[in-house]
Amino acid sequence: MMANVTVRFFARYAELAGCESAAVAVPASATVEDVLRRVREAVPGAQALPARPLTALNLRQVKLDARVQDGDELALLPPLSGG
Amino acid sequence: MTYLTGKPIAVDDILAEVQGPERGGTCVFLGTVRNGPDDGGVTGIEYSAYDAMAQAEIARMLAEARERWPEARVALRHRLGMVPVGEASIGIAAAAPHRDEAFAACRYVIEEVKKRLPVWKKEVRMDGTTTWVDPSGKPVAGGLRDR
Repeated sequence: MMANVTVRFFARYAELAGCESAAVAVPASATVEDVLRRVREAVPGAQALPARPLTALNLRQVKLDARVQDGDELALLPPLSGG
Repeated sequence: MTYLTGKPIAVDDILAEVQGPERGGTCVFLGTVRNGPDDGGVTGIEYSAYDAMAQAEIARMLAEARERWPEARVALRHRLGMVPVGEASIGIAAAAPHRDEAFAACRYVIEEVKKRLPVWKKEVRMDGTTTWVDPSGKPVAGGLRDR
Protein backbone atom coordinates (compact mmCIF):
# COMPACT_ATOMS: atom_id res chain seq x y z
CA MET A 1 0.00 0.00 0.00
CA MET A 2 1.47 3.33 -1.07
CA ALA A 3 0.62 6.90 -0.10
CA ASN A 4 0.61 9.59 -2.78
CA VAL A 5 1.85 12.89 -1.40
CA THR A 6 1.91 16.26 -3.16
CA VAL A 7 5.06 18.17 -2.28
CA ARG A 8 5.06 21.94 -2.70
CA PHE A 9 8.07 24.23 -2.90
CA PHE A 10 7.91 27.93 -2.12
CA ALA A 11 9.96 31.07 -2.76
CA ARG A 12 13.68 30.31 -2.83
CA TYR A 13 13.09 26.57 -2.54
CA ALA A 14 10.94 26.62 -5.69
CA GLU A 15 13.84 28.27 -7.51
CA LEU A 16 16.29 25.67 -6.21
CA ALA A 17 13.97 22.77 -7.02
CA GLY A 18 13.17 24.22 -10.43
CA CYS A 19 9.45 23.56 -9.92
CA GLU A 20 6.61 24.46 -7.57
CA SER A 21 5.31 20.99 -6.86
CA ALA A 22 5.99 17.30 -7.29
CA ALA A 23 3.96 14.17 -6.70
CA VAL A 24 5.71 11.30 -4.94
CA ALA A 25 4.63 7.88 -3.75
CA VAL A 26 5.94 6.49 -0.45
CA PRO A 27 5.03 3.46 1.67
CA ALA A 28 1.88 3.97 3.72
CA SER A 29 3.76 4.24 7.03
CA ALA A 30 6.27 6.80 5.75
CA THR A 31 7.34 9.94 7.61
CA VAL A 32 7.97 13.46 6.36
CA GLU A 33 11.66 12.61 6.36
CA ASP A 34 10.99 9.64 4.05
CA VAL A 35 9.07 11.91 1.68
CA LEU A 36 12.00 14.35 1.63
CA ARG A 37 14.37 11.52 0.74
CA ARG A 38 12.06 10.46 -2.09
CA VAL A 39 11.76 14.05 -3.33
CA ARG A 40 15.53 14.41 -3.52
CA GLU A 41 15.62 11.32 -5.75
CA ALA A 42 12.73 12.44 -7.94
CA VAL A 43 13.56 16.16 -8.33
CA PRO A 44 17.24 16.79 -9.09
CA GLY A 45 17.08 20.44 -7.99
CA ALA A 46 15.75 19.38 -4.58
CA GLN A 47 19.18 18.03 -3.67
CA ALA A 48 20.20 21.66 -3.10
CA LEU A 49 17.59 22.06 -0.35
CA PRO A 50 18.73 22.05 3.30
CA ALA A 51 18.82 18.63 5.01
CA ARG A 52 16.16 19.62 7.54
CA PRO A 53 13.87 22.26 6.03
CA LEU A 54 10.86 23.69 7.80
CA THR A 55 7.88 21.57 6.76
CA ALA A 56 4.11 21.87 6.88
CA LEU A 57 1.70 18.98 6.44
CA ASN A 58 -1.83 19.92 5.37
CA LEU A 59 -1.29 23.60 6.35
CA ARG A 60 0.32 22.99 9.78
CA GLN A 61 3.99 22.97 10.67
CA VAL A 62 5.22 19.49 11.56
CA LYS A 63 8.42 17.78 12.59
CA LEU A 64 10.27 15.43 10.28
CA ASP A 65 9.04 12.32 12.13
CA ALA A 66 5.35 13.12 11.43
CA ARG A 67 3.59 10.38 9.46
CA VAL A 68 2.04 11.08 6.08
CA GLN A 69 -1.15 9.66 4.62
CA ASP A 70 -2.42 9.17 1.11
CA GLY A 71 -3.57 12.50 -0.34
CA ASP A 72 -1.49 14.69 2.02
CA GLU A 73 0.12 17.96 0.95
CA LEU A 74 3.63 18.48 2.28
CA ALA A 75 5.09 21.99 1.94
CA LEU A 76 8.78 22.84 2.21
CA LEU A 77 9.12 26.31 3.66
CA PRO A 78 12.20 28.55 3.44
CA PRO A 79 12.91 30.64 6.58
CA LEU A 80 9.73 32.66 7.12
CA SER A 81 9.89 36.41 6.60
CA GLY A 82 6.35 37.71 6.80
CA GLY A 83 5.23 41.00 8.28
CA MET B 1 -12.42 36.56 5.92
CA THR B 2 -9.56 37.12 3.47
CA TYR B 3 -6.47 38.28 5.30
CA LEU B 4 -4.26 38.46 2.21
CA THR B 5 -4.59 41.23 -0.35
CA GLY B 6 -2.86 42.43 -3.47
CA LYS B 7 -4.01 45.99 -2.82
CA PRO B 8 -2.75 48.74 -0.51
CA ILE B 9 -3.81 48.15 3.08
CA ALA B 10 -6.86 50.20 4.05
CA VAL B 11 -6.42 51.14 7.71
CA ASP B 12 -10.02 52.34 7.91
CA ASP B 13 -11.23 48.85 7.03
CA ILE B 14 -9.27 47.07 9.77
CA LEU B 15 -10.24 49.77 12.29
CA ALA B 16 -13.90 49.31 11.40
CA GLU B 17 -13.58 45.58 12.11
CA VAL B 18 -12.40 46.07 15.69
CA GLN B 19 -13.85 49.30 17.03
CA GLY B 20 -16.99 49.39 19.13
CA PRO B 21 -18.56 51.51 21.87
CA GLU B 22 -17.37 49.15 24.63
CA ARG B 23 -13.75 49.25 23.45
CA GLY B 24 -12.00 52.44 24.57
CA GLY B 25 -8.44 51.61 23.52
CA THR B 26 -7.39 51.00 19.93
CA CYS B 27 -3.93 50.58 18.49
CA VAL B 28 -2.71 49.99 14.96
CA PHE B 29 0.57 48.46 13.87
CA LEU B 30 1.81 49.00 10.32
CA GLY B 31 4.86 47.27 8.94
CA THR B 32 6.23 49.41 6.12
CA VAL B 33 8.74 48.65 3.38
CA ARG B 34 11.93 50.46 4.24
CA ASN B 35 14.96 51.80 2.40
CA GLY B 36 17.31 52.83 5.18
CA PRO B 37 21.00 53.71 4.87
CA ASP B 38 21.96 50.02 5.24
CA ASP B 39 19.36 48.66 2.84
CA GLY B 40 21.26 49.17 -0.40
CA GLY B 41 18.85 51.14 -2.57
CA VAL B 42 15.73 49.03 -2.09
CA THR B 43 12.82 50.25 -4.20
CA GLY B 44 10.33 47.68 -3.01
CA ILE B 45 9.74 44.19 -1.68
CA GLU B 46 7.92 41.45 -3.49
CA TYR B 47 5.92 39.32 -1.05
CA SER B 48 4.79 35.81 -1.78
CA ALA B 49 2.94 33.33 0.39
CA TYR B 50 1.68 29.81 0.82
CA ASP B 51 -1.78 31.34 0.63
CA ALA B 52 -3.90 28.56 2.08
CA MET B 53 -1.60 28.01 5.05
CA ALA B 54 -1.16 31.76 5.64
CA GLN B 55 -4.93 32.14 5.80
CA ALA B 56 -5.18 29.22 8.24
CA GLU B 57 -2.29 30.46 10.41
CA ILE B 58 -3.73 33.97 10.68
CA ALA B 59 -7.11 32.55 11.68
CA ARG B 60 -5.38 30.47 14.36
CA MET B 61 -3.39 33.47 15.67
CA LEU B 62 -6.47 35.63 15.89
CA ALA B 63 -8.33 32.83 17.70
CA GLU B 64 -5.45 32.54 20.17
CA ALA B 65 -5.51 36.30 20.79
CA ARG B 66 -9.25 36.08 21.34
CA GLU B 67 -8.71 33.33 23.90
CA ARG B 68 -6.05 35.30 25.79
CA TRP B 69 -7.82 38.67 25.66
CA PRO B 70 -11.52 37.76 25.31
CA GLU B 71 -12.68 41.38 25.27
CA ALA B 72 -10.21 42.45 22.58
CA ARG B 73 -10.83 42.38 18.84
CA VAL B 74 -7.97 42.09 16.37
CA ALA B 75 -8.00 42.49 12.57
CA LEU B 76 -5.14 41.84 10.17
CA ARG B 77 -4.24 42.29 6.50
CA HIS B 78 -1.05 41.16 4.82
CA ARG B 79 -0.27 42.52 1.40
CA LEU B 80 1.26 40.28 -1.29
CA GLY B 81 2.97 41.11 -4.57
CA MET B 82 5.15 44.15 -5.11
CA VAL B 83 5.03 46.67 -2.26
CA PRO B 84 6.93 49.92 -2.91
CA VAL B 85 9.08 51.62 -0.26
CA GLY B 86 6.92 53.62 2.14
CA GLU B 87 3.83 51.45 1.77
CA ALA B 88 2.59 48.98 4.35
CA SER B 89 3.02 45.25 3.91
CA ILE B 90 1.05 44.42 7.04
CA GLY B 91 -1.60 46.18 9.09
CA ILE B 92 -2.92 44.99 12.46
CA ALA B 93 -5.61 46.79 14.43
CA ALA B 94 -6.51 45.82 17.99
CA ALA B 95 -9.21 47.32 20.17
CA ALA B 96 -10.12 46.48 23.76
CA PRO B 97 -11.90 48.10 26.69
CA HIS B 98 -8.52 49.41 27.93
CA ARG B 99 -5.20 50.14 26.24
CA ASP B 100 -3.18 47.41 27.98
CA GLU B 101 -5.14 44.60 26.32
CA ALA B 102 -5.16 46.40 22.96
CA PHE B 103 -1.37 46.80 22.93
CA ALA B 104 -0.82 43.26 24.24
CA ALA B 105 -3.10 41.62 21.67
CA CYS B 106 -1.58 43.63 18.80
CA ARG B 107 1.95 42.78 19.94
CA TYR B 108 1.08 39.11 20.32
CA VAL B 109 -0.26 38.87 16.78
CA ILE B 110 2.67 40.63 15.05
CA GLU B 111 5.19 38.49 16.97
CA GLU B 112 3.34 35.30 15.97
CA VAL B 113 3.25 36.52 12.34
CA LYS B 114 7.03 36.83 12.42
CA LYS B 115 7.39 33.30 13.82
CA ARG B 116 4.70 31.39 11.95
CA LEU B 117 3.36 33.05 8.82
CA PRO B 118 4.46 31.33 5.58
CA VAL B 119 5.30 34.53 3.70
CA TRP B 120 8.59 35.35 1.96
CA LYS B 121 10.12 38.54 0.73
CA LYS B 122 12.41 39.41 -2.08
CA GLU B 123 14.03 42.83 -2.10
CA VAL B 124 14.07 44.68 -5.40
CA ARG B 125 16.83 47.26 -5.91
CA MET B 126 17.27 50.28 -8.15
CA ASP B 127 19.69 48.37 -10.40
CA GLY B 128 17.06 45.68 -11.05
CA THR B 129 18.67 42.98 -8.87
CA THR B 130 16.54 40.99 -6.46
CA THR B 131 17.54 39.16 -3.28
CA TRP B 132 15.62 36.80 -1.03
CA VAL B 133 15.65 38.08 2.53
CA ASP B 134 15.88 35.90 5.61
CA PRO B 135 14.06 36.69 8.89
CA SER B 136 17.02 38.59 10.32
CA GLY B 137 16.68 40.99 7.39
CA LYS B 138 19.97 39.90 5.83
CA PRO B 139 20.29 38.54 2.28
CA VAL B 140 20.18 34.76 2.08
CA ALA B 141 23.64 33.14 2.23
CA GLY B 142 24.81 32.22 -1.23
CA GLY B 143 23.22 35.28 -2.75
CA LEU B 144 20.80 33.87 -5.28
CA ARG B 145 20.60 37.11 -7.14
CA ASP B 146 18.07 36.49 -9.80
CA ARG B 147 18.95 38.98 -12.47
